[in-house]
Amino acid sequence: MGVAVLLKQVPDTTAKISISGGRVDEASITKWSISPYDEYALENAIKLKESGFGDVVAITCGPSRSAKCLTEAAAVGADRLIHIISESPLDSIQVQSLLSAAVKESGCEVVMCGKQAADTNSGSTGPGLAASLGFSCVGGATEVSMDGGVASATRLGPSGMEEVEVGVPCVFTFDKGDSELRRPNVRGIMMAKKKPIDIFAPDDLGVDVSNSMVSIKSHSSPPEKQPGQKFVGSDSIPQVVSKLREEANVI
Amino acid sequence: MNITVISESSNGSLHPVTAQLVGAASSLGGSITVICPGGIGSSDAAHISGVTKVISVEGDCFENYDCSAWSESLSPLAEGDLLLSSSSTIGRELISSIAASKGIPVVQDVTSLTGGLLATRSIYSGKAIEEVSISPPCAISLRANSFESAGEGGRGEVSTVNVSQDVAVAVKQALAKASERLDVSEADIVISGGRGMGEPANFSHLNEVADLLGAAVGASRAAVDTWEEIPHSMQVGQTGKTVTPNLYIAVGISGAIQHLAGMRSSKFILAINKDPEAPIFGVADYGVVSTWEEALPVLKEQLAEMLSN
Repeated sequence: MGVAVLLKQVPDTTAKISISGGRVDEASITKWSISPYDEYALENAIKLKESGFGDVVAITCGPSRSAKCLTEAAAVGADRLIHIISESPLDSIQVQSLLSAAVKESGCEVVMCGKQAADTNSGSTGPGLAASLGFSCVGGATEVSMDGGVASATRLGPSGMEEVEVGVPCVFTFDKGDSELRRPNVRGIMMAKKKPIDIFAPDDLGVDVSNSMVSIKSHSSPPEKQPGQKFVGSDSIPQVVSKLREEANVI
Repeated sequence: MNITVISESSNGSLHPVTAQLVGAASSLGGSITVICPGGIGSSDAAHISGVTKVISVEGDCFENYDCSAWSESLSPLAEGDLLLSSSSTIGRELISSIAASKGIPVVQDVTSLTGGLLATRSIYSGKAIEEVSISPPCAISLRANSFESAGEGGRGEVSTVNVSQDVAVAVKQALAKASERLDVSEADIVISGGRGMGEPANFSHLNEVADLLGAAVGASRAAVDTWEEIPHSMQVGQTGKTVTPNLYIAVGISGAIQHLAGMRSSKFILAINKDPEAPIFGVADYGVVSTWEEALPVLKEQLAEMLSN
């Protein structure tokens, strides 16, 4: 047994995104972090480990810089680190094929990841990976516990928060829950620095990433907002309300 | 081009975004098949203009949401060059799963789509815009309210397919009912509160304005993190939802970069904040420097008067 947790490195959510030559200028991004929802997946994976479920295998797919998020995961308790190195952008099916191969290699039958990453906000990886591995899938989970081969999870379903049961193998995608994220201690950080990372190239995993059906044409900045009209005091509200109707035509 | 649309439902009937998906499909040309999971809204779907065929997929597995079971039931029926769904939570999960089982890529939350297949989407929750070129076969989810709805008057042929699919996910108990309120990602008007609201009970004032306007109520991350009464599902911004309503009203929200990313593409923005230097005024079309305590009663009164006329 054991749980695989998928981590994506993204620009910190406080980062400004600037464009250079029709592409997001990654060189100008000073801080990269584990995507926020993935942190909840990591926290829950470590909780499962503490409940006796087996090792945590942290997996990332991305350029060399992403190794940092594996080391951060090790500092809070990940046991094995797998880095699939890909320097160029990948489409969803390529990412899923690579991750699927890595999960198979790890032998894990429980997979945890964020419900979407804070860069593309797509949310394709969890359910797509589940389909390609033939695993069940529970999306938007906030807590998962295991009893034998059956997992119990809370999720935000179509009719509200609910508790569901699902057998393994299963992929869980995480939403932000009440879990407090643990911070690494000094010893954890020191140990993590020495932890080896298993590195795979797409070729090593038998995945061809040379051709994609989806290619990025350009990145651009959102249109600049024109300076708006500013009013002082609640006395101006009647005027603003009539502008919302007459000028903006939105009410 | 043969296009398959996965319909969206809510509360047992067809969701209006389905007509937007058909509208987007019609603009590309070709035959349009609508697949209705659980058979919900299949006769309404057949009446959407431009629909060639409707497949009502029925079976016990549709009683509760199970991504894998639904996907396995729908996949064999989802044929064609292009697969479309809404970018709602379920829409995204389903189309990801179906696309993966067919070995085709998926592009999520697209806001414009043109022939030759060029798609536009926002990335980093709106801090940048990405244009991608797509070669079919491919799956695409579309953002609600970004495409013109197809009209009525269609005469699609409806067929029913019964499926018996094993369910893996069993619902044990309901813990909390979903909010009756409109979701921020679907509403034409959103009114959001921040930590400036002082305490969560004061969100009732936002609810009252929302009721007048038929708006959804959202919140900043600061509000969600500070008060457990304000659920994460209301959060607008980079670790919450990206919204593009016609009107976004920000009350007591200073405007952190993550929040601005999630709402700056709204058509019109009204900001009410007591701090004249608040960054939110930088993206607001209309900025009112005032406390919410003074501004909201006047806003309510004015709206009530205007909307009753």
